Amino acid sequence: MTLSAPARWALRAVMALGLTFIYVPLLLVLINSFNGDRTFAWPPHDLTTRWWSAAWANEGAREALLTSIRAGLGATAIALVLGTMIAFAVQRFAFFGRDTISLLVLLPIALPGIVTGIALDSAWRSVMGDLGIGKGMFSIIVGHATFCVVTVYNNVLARLRRTGTNLEEASADLGASGFQTFRYVTFPLIRSALLAGGLLAFALSFDEIIVTTFTAGPGVTTLPIWIFNNLFRPNQAPVVNVVAAVLIVLSVIPVWLAQRIAGPQAGAGRT
Amino acid sequence: MASLGSYLHRHPRLRLAGLLSAPLLWLVVAYLGALAVLLVSAFWTVNGFTGEVVRQFSLGNFRTLLAEEVYRNVALRSVGVAAAVTVICVVVAVPMAFFMAKVAPAGSRHWLVIAILTPLWASYLVKAYAWRILLANDGPMDTLFGGPGYGLPATVLVLAYLWLPYMILPVYAGLERLPDSLLEASADLGARAGRTFRSVVLPTLVPSVLAGSIFTFSLSLGDYITVQIVGGKTQLIGNLVYANIGAANNLPFAAAIACVPVLIMVIYLLAVRRSGALEEL
Repeated sequence: MTLSAPARWALRAVMALGLTFIYVPLLLVLINSFNGDRTFAWPPHDLTTRWWSAAWANEGAREALLTSIRAGLGATAIALVLGTMIAFAVQRFAFFGRDTISLLVLLPIALPGIVTGIALDSAWRSVMGDLGIGKGMFSIIVGHATFCVVTVYNNVLARLRRTGTNLEEASADLGASGFQTFRYVTFPLIRSALLAGGLLAFALSFDEIIVTTFTAGPGVTTLPIWIFNNLFRPNQAPVVNVVAAVLIVLSVIPVWLAQRIAGPQAGAGRT
Repeated sequence: MASLGSYLHRHPRLRLAGLLSAPLLWLVVAYLGALAVLLVSAFWTVNGFTGEVVRQFSLGNFRTLLAEEVYRNVALRSVGVAAAVTVICVVVAVPMAFFMAKVAPAGSRHWLVIAILTPLWASYLVKAYAWRILLANDGPMDTLFGGPGYGLPATVLVLAYLWLPYMILPVYAGLERLPDSLLEASADLGARAGRTFRSVVLPTLVPSVLAGSIFTFSLSLGDYITVQIVGGKTQLIGNLVYANIGAANNLPFAAAIACVPVLIMVIYLLAVRRSGALEEL
């Protein structure tokens, strides 16, 4: 539509303000991690890198980071398998309740995290507890995988809708077995969708705190839980600042990867 | 291997069963099962002396929930916060998404999307923490604007900050699919910008906004972490649930409170599904 010049300028201003609103808090954390003053007075008077070396030496933070990565990898692996299976079932078959499935997959992420958290917690206590399996890394992975399935499912489903079944039929006509068709035709077609979905799943898991609070056993601390536990301790503030700054810097990596994998739309929907 | 493959090829129902069994076992039996147990336990009570769960049907929890003013207020406040966050996100996101999709030069759109996308990957806690620093006494916001400090307005502000990209992205995606030629046709037929917006842009906008609102509304409704970080003494539904699991050790009552956001979200999702917004996710 033909917008007047003032309207264009107004929109441009809103955009600029919006981006400022989004980025100023993140920049502040970055600068604060170099703030030399122990009380983090603002604006900072002198800059130092000693908090960075202190954070690097912090055993708890490093341990928590490793735990988060392990949990993320486990949850992503399960989400990749389950999400792909559901996407194939929904896209390639017609069956009773098909429309309900997309709602079901979305449910763990659409419901408030605390609900998913206590539901899984009480189920784990009453079922797995009786089997003698306590809460720990395994229960974290189970909890995370439950809400990560949707990212893989959505990405693979969109890809399957686009590609259709012609190539697979051609492969079968040419005498390939079901396994060969999957290995040489289907899998390469959905590979980048799997990568994009897996990346989102990992990011969701890596960042999750609410469900984790309820599914983590004693002694298992993921990075978000570590940050939250140390957030209100003034003497830990310098290390928390650095960990926060590192996480902001690292957030560029998945965006860059997603761009390389599948173009700008790859990471557009987080679910 | 080959014979199994051809057997499966001739029996599509079997293939379907193979594909669906594991995921459904997980999502229906484990997850929906857990939700069902939660729902049932909301009708149980806790023995005041022993602290043990009494597995007997009772409406006591819900009666307390409805009768006591504290709980009503917290529930209403939570819905109010979720609604306010959603409205703020819509008001900020729509002009931004419109600029990105229709006004910005085509070459820069890609970069604007990346600029909106990148903070999504930065940790939730880190962003809440950033606002804790910003809003602190004598912090940057206090020095510049003299407030608002920690409390309910801060909670709404920070939640809106956290979920803003979840609103911008679906709205942008929806607007991008709206062909420019439609806007031109509307202008050619004599419509001014306002009329075009109402009659052409708005109908495409509604499903996208609803899709985004699922995130902004639901994520705000269940949040109890941000409230603890910047909310001061503010309590939302999530805090009540958390307190009843932890300190009070009253899981049935926590389950009863948790039913409130679930009920609200299920109604919301069903209403939104009718509008076709779930396809926009």
